[in-house]
Amino acid sequence: MIGEPAMNGDAGYRRRKITDAIFRWLCGGAVLLALVPLASVLYYVTYRGIGGVDLDFFTSLPKPVGETGGGMGNALSGTLVLVGMACLIGIPIGVLAGVFLAEFPGSRFSTVVRFSADVMSGIPSITVGIFAYAVVVLPMGRFSAIAGSLALAVIMLPTVTRTTEELLRLVPGTLREAALGLGVSKWRATLWIVLRTAAPGIITGVMLAIARVGGESAPLLFTAFNNRFWSQGIDQPIASLPVQIYTYAVSPFEDWHRQAWAAAFVLVALVLLLNVTAKVLVRNPVRGK
Amino acid sequence: MGPTSDLSLIRRQPRILRRLGREVNPGDLVFRALTSLFAATVILVLGAMAVQMWRASGKSLAHFGPGFIIGTDWDPVRDSYGALPFIFGTVVSSLLALLIAVPVAFGVAIALTELAPVKLRAPLGFLIELLAAVPSVVYGLWGIFALAPFMRDHVEPFLAATLGFLPFFRGPYQGYGMLAGATVLAIMILPTIASVSREVLRAVPDVLREGAMGLGATRWEALRDVVLPFARTGLLGAVILGLGRALGETMAVTMIIGNRSEISASLFAPSYTMASVIANEFTEATGDLYLSALAEIGLLLFFVTLLLNVIARLMVWRVARPTGAR
Repeated sequence: MIGEPAMNGDAGYRRRKITDAIFRWLCGGAVLLALVPLASVLYYVTYRGIGGVDLDFFTSLPKPVGETGGGMGNALSGTLVLVGMACLIGIPIGVLAGVFLAEFPGSRFSTVVRFSADVMSGIPSITVGIFAYAVVVLPMGRFSAIAGSLALAVIMLPTVTRTTEELLRLVPGTLREAALGLGVSKWRATLWIVLRTAAPGIITGVMLAIARVGGESAPLLFTAFNNRFWSQGIDQPIASLPVQIYTYAVSPFEDWHRQAWAAAFVLVALVLLLNVTAKVLVRNPVRGK
Repeated sequence: MGPTSDLSLIRRQPRILRRLGREVNPGDLVFRALTSLFAATVILVLGAMAVQMWRASGKSLAHFGPGFIIGTDWDPVRDSYGALPFIFGTVVSSLLALLIAVPVAFGVAIALTELAPVKLRAPLGFLIELLAAVPSVVYGLWGIFALAPFMRDHVEPFLAATLGFLPFFRGPYQGYGMLAGATVLAIMILPTIASVSREVLRAVPDVLREGAMGLGATRWEALRDVVLPFARTGLLGAVILGLGRALGETMAVTMIIGNRSEISASLFAPSYTMASVIANEFTEATGDLYLSALAEIGLLLFFVTLLLNVIARLMVWRVARPTGAR
């Protein structure tokens, strides 16, 4: 191309250069356009939410309709309980399933598992809610924190599984071979050396999974339901931040809108914090690499 | 190590261990069995979801049969249920969302794999992925108080004035409705489509680009004639993944689409989606048949998204194989 223009002369060459420039500008414009909603959401959540965040917000119960004030202490603690229990169920299963996929790849079974996990991550969260309703709420006869956290655990499972697998694969093969060469059995080498080496990355993946389920509201609507008071136990309905935001947002009360924004600010701040921390950690997903 | 371990020459294994495979250490056998059990739960949960949803919608399936999906009547008082308005709302809002999101997402993916300075790629990609991190309910809140007024005051009057001769842009507008719902959906599926497309484009061998550009192609020509044909299947897979996400997205849409079960040509009119009706009515559904009808909508949603995801993953895997498979 250097010096020698395209077949149809200078005009053709210029036209091609112009097309290329337009294409570059369009793609650059797409990136900017995609960032507009992010900026707008962050701006609104901060601008309208930050004023509503005070001590009461973290420690008080919601006030009855018509009275201003009150907080979301119960929703905040409810989200912590729900996510915590979801982690207790989802992380061990997910990590061990991921270990299997990474350490015993290639078989038909592991391909099916890997594929199922990928497919499962695309299943709408609301249908997971119906599943938890059918499995827990119907037999128990009431909404409960158990049902809610089961739904969240199911949503976490595929993410944790696939992240664990990907990260175990990043561990240098030499490390594994060195251990095996010293006569360590495979399971010890996997648990004590490979898994430990990949731990920072796996923790990152778990943090991202937590960030995702922490903001889920659809599957909680008819599993954990909601609760205007502090939780009375894990077999009882429990409040959560996302469901509370929803309830307040669609209500006609000005003061509830204010609190919905405040809650959204806290939720988004938590989610972003988890994401950014994960991003910083992921620079070294594998120890010593 | 071959199928018969060298160790067997030195130390004879009990026959049963040899039968079970090439592992020689009993601890390893237990380890494999145990982890495979956990891996199997992934498949089991997926299967259990299908079975449970099928059972939960049993009454409705038996009562309405296939007429359920073409019925337009949704009346809990008379126990008469038809899902068509919700199917219509879901399909139209999702397709509209694709229409808005796909060009932008492809632009983003191309910019971040082919064009942007290498140093900027990771941070920009991170910002795009943050779009996916914002919880659905926050998008809903933003939709109610920021997007809907903006649509009502600026976008919809403009569309009505310029394109009002089309049936899609007629009638009263109040911000809420199909158009606003589809816009929020588009924002929410954009990061999915963009990040999968990025993965696919990254899997295109660099020699192809270098070859094309070495022959004198511009960036655009290399992309159009060489990279895109190679990545086509995977990119289509990315779009279908986005569609699957759009179909099942619940809270944000519920909060902004208007929730009225009408089939209207106008995009300004309120609508209702399958996921929204489940979210709104499931806890209040009193009768068995009512609950079962809602569960059947969930079942439809489950199988359609399952199918779309299977197809899409196979397409993406054809171009960008995940680690592990060979």
